[in-house]
Amino acid sequence: MTEVSQSQFRAAMLDSDQPVPEGLRDKAGAPAGKRFNVYRNNVAVGLTEALEAAFPVIRKLVGDAFFKALAGVYLRNHPPASPLMMHYGAEMPGFLKGFEPVRALPYLPDVARLEIAIRQSYHAADAAPVTVEDLGALPPDAFARARFTFAPAVRLVSSRFPIHGIWVANMQPDAPKPGKGAEDVLITRPKFDPRPHLLSRPAAIFTARMMEGQSLTAAMAAAGGGLDLGETLARLFTEGAITRIS
Amino acid sequence: MSKTSKTIVVASAVATAMTALAHAAAAEENEKCYGVSLAGENDCAAGPGTTCAGTSTVDYQGNAWTLVPAGTCETMELPGHRMGATAASLEADGYNGLARDLPEGTSEEGLKMVEMMDDDMMEES
Repeated sequence: MTEVSQSQFRAAMLDSDQPVPEGLRDKAGAPAGKRFNVYRNNVAVGLTEALEAAFPVIRKLVGDAFFKALAGVYLRNHPPASPLMMHYGAEMPGFLKGFEPVRALPYLPDVARLEIAIRQSYHAADAAPVTVEDLGALPPDAFARARFTFAPAVRLVSSRFPIHGIWVANMQPDAPKPGKGAEDVLITRPKFDPRPHLLSRPAAIFTARMMEGQSLTAAMAAAGGGLDLGETLARLFTEGAITRIS
Repeated sequence: MSKTSKTIVVASAVATAMTALAHAAAAEENEKCYGVSLAGENDCAAGPGTTCAGTSTVDYQGNAWTLVPAGTCETMELPGHRMGATAASLEADGYNGLARDLPEGTSEEGLKMVEMMDDDMMEES
C-alpha cells in the first residue's frame, strides 16, 4: 500500500483541482476519494466561516456572495499558521490591498485593520486600570513628566478614510451614513467588550504619543493647540485604558 | 508657555476629567459574550473559533471572479463623493475610474476582470 505524505495531503487539501492523493483508503481498504473530497470541502468551508465571523463589516460591505468568493482566494493564499482560529485573518489588510476585484474600494484594508484591532482587543489580557484620581494625586510639577502605561486591550487605528463611520454604519441599526474624511479610532475594553471611539486628530496624536511612552508635555506639544486635554484624559480614564502612571 | 502655566493647564484638564468621571453613567455590561449572537448583528467581538464549522455548505473554489462587490458599499458615498464599485457606477466610469486609485505604474490588466460580469454568473453563485 502506498503511503501518503503530509505535503501531498496538504497540497491537495486546498486545491480541489488536484487529484485525491493516492493511497488513501477507507477501513475496508477501498480508495477513499469521496471522503477526502468531503474533508477538503469542510476545511475550506470552515475557514470561510471563520473569516465571516472575523470580518463582519467587510462582509457586509462587499456582500455575502462576493465575500465567500474572496474568502476562498484568501484561505488558499494564507492558510492558518496557528491552530488558534480566533487569530485567523491577520493578513487580510495586505491581501485586500493587492486584490484586484476590490481596487475600487480602497478603504477596505483599513476597515479590515479596524476589525482585527477590535478582535485583538477582545482577546487581550485583562488589566487593572488606575483612576484619574491617581493622576490628580500627583504633585503639580510631576504632571508634565507623567507617562502612561496602557492596558493590553487598547488599540489605536488611524486611516485616511472614515473607518469609524463605516464601521458604525454597518454594525449599528439606524446609524447615519459615514462622513468623508480621515478618522482615528481608539479601541478600549472597559469591561468585556471592545468599544471603538472616534477621536479628533489632536486627541489621536496625543494618545499615539502617550502609547509610545512619551511624557504628557511631549504628547501635548505634538498634538498642538486643538487638543481638548480634559476630554481626552476623561475618555482614557473612564474607559480603563490606563494601567499605570509613572 | 511657561512651565507654571503649562502645569496649570494640565491640572485643570485633570479636574475636568475627574468631573466627567463623576458624571459618567454607572451602567456597564457585565456579561462575557460567548459567541452567541444573531448573524449579521454580531455584537460579540470574539471572532472565529467560538462555534464548530458547518458541513452542509459547499465551497466553490475559484468560480466567482466575475463577481463585483454588492453589499453596503453600494450605499456608502466613499471616497471623494464617489459611490462604491457598483456595476452601474463602474459602467458610468467606463471602467476607467478604477485606475484612479492605483499607484503610478501599476499594471491595469486586472481591471478587465469586472468587465466580464454577466448576470447568469451572478445568479448562479
